[in-house]
Amino acid sequence: MTKKAFNKIADGLTEAIAIARGEAKPAHLSVPSDNPPPLKRRGIVPTTPSMSLVDLANPTRFLGFSQRLLPFTWAVALGLLAVGLYMAFFTAPADYQQGDTVRIMFIHVPSAWLSMGCYGLMAIASLGTLVWRHPLADVTAKSAAPLGAAFTFLTLVTGSLWGKPMWGTWWVWDARLTSELVLLLMYLGLIALWQAMDDQGRAARVAAVLTLVGTINLPIIKFSVDWWNTLHQPASVLRLDGPTIDISMLIPLFVMAGAFTLMFAALLMMSMRNEILRRRVRTMELTAAGLGA
Amino acid sequence: MTAFLALVGLSARLSFGGRSGGALVGLVFFLAVVVVVPFAVGPDMNLLSRIGPAVLWIGALLASLLVLDRLFGDDRSDGALDLLRLSDLPLELVALAKGLGAWLATGLPLAVAAPFLGLLLGLSPNTVLSTTATLVVGTPALTMIGTIGAALMAALGRGGVMIAVLVLPFTIPVLIFGVSAAAAPAMAPAPFLAPFLILIALTLASLVIAPIAAAAALRAGLD
Repeated sequence: MTKKAFNKIADGLTEAIAIARGEAKPAHLSVPSDNPPPLKRRGIVPTTPSMSLVDLANPTRFLGFSQRLLPFTWAVALGLLAVGLYMAFFTAPADYQQGDTVRIMFIHVPSAWLSMGCYGLMAIASLGTLVWRHPLADVTAKSAAPLGAAFTFLTLVTGSLWGKPMWGTWWVWDARLTSELVLLLMYLGLIALWQAMDDQGRAARVAAVLTLVGTINLPIIKFSVDWWNTLHQPASVLRLDGPTIDISMLIPLFVMAGAFTLMFAALLMMSMRNEILRRRVRTMELTAAGLGA
Repeated sequence: MTAFLALVGLSARLSFGGRSGGALVGLVFFLAVVVVVPFAVGPDMNLLSRIGPAVLWIGALLASLLVLDRLFGDDRSDGALDLLRLSDLPLELVALAKGLGAWLATGLPLAVAAPFLGLLLGLSPNTVLSTTATLVVGTPALTMIGTIGAALMAALGRGGVMIAVLVLPFTIPVLIFGVSAAAAPAMAPAPFLAPFLILIALTLASLVIAPIAAAAALRAGLD
């Protein structure tokens, strides 16, 4: 997108915000001016340099902030990923029972953590949408859903690949596997819900209700291996009496978890940026249609 | 209270009669699902009597999804939902009343029809009894969970197969405990009471949570 086109879109959004606040009349009611005043004079962009979470609520600020943050996030994520993969393949020992297949864990477990963490993030964002009407909350929730679905899918696939040599089967109807599959279904349902809607504001609040209802599944996944005696092994990292995994495997696992989390954060920021720009284009198109009519 | 009961009655009548058949279509669909199964798995009576409770539960689950499309959709399109929202009755109670009415008209008939369909599947008298009992206490949970989906879709002005996609994952716990209690007499040492009590708990919890969620969805969609 050219800079000129982007500025035009930004102006369209600024105008829409001003109209919504009652500060300006819709363009087609007033005489359209050829030289709209720059953003700063209208007071949309705060000129104070301080940054806080509240300031980030402004999509324009978020765009600027995330643009600066993205290269660093990617750099650290890819660096950690390289280190983590090296450790996972070369320095971490093979398991005394499982042999080299235990290395699947370094992909499987971080994906599984993120598949649930992403849903937790969406649940918090949904609260933000419903309670505070935070302008970025629904963008977060919408952008996170496909990422969460991807990590859930990755968890299921790597788990299946791990299950074949260890349990002798690709799939068992075990409590944790089943609840993870249900999580995937919920992600897909939420994506379908977002896709079905034209009115994003309304879709956001409705999807938020569904997301919060689905939060019930999270503790079920986490504790399924403790509540029911299943084929899946019980929790071995996050437990009250300390991890039962040896430190030589725990360190690569945490490095990989860090890499995956940062990768998720970077992808989420990129996806949110796209969503914000997509909405601005939409506003812009609507404004243009209003002017043309 | 009078308004609440009147709304339950209205919802039941609308779901029972209605333009597109209502309860009768639900029952016929239930029968059709049960009849289709022996064609798929073969007319082996031993096998059918073993999977019978599960077949009846899946039939009831699918049949109870049928009514959801119109639960709030019709009220929204003819403006009744706006009137209900303006009434003194809280929207949560409106959702509860609509759900209960829909269950009276569609869920309860399914449970009543289950013993007769159980005969087709060769269920033992004990299994017929347990299946019917689980359906009576379990179908309210199915309908109430469905109420959330119906409210979401009505709020968005959509309907159809999307409701089933959204609702089905949430009905899995009800299905698990419903079937395990229903099939308990057929699987000799399996306990009946524990899953049955959990099923009751799920129904009671859904009676509280679903109206709140459905009302939140309706509010989100109507303003």
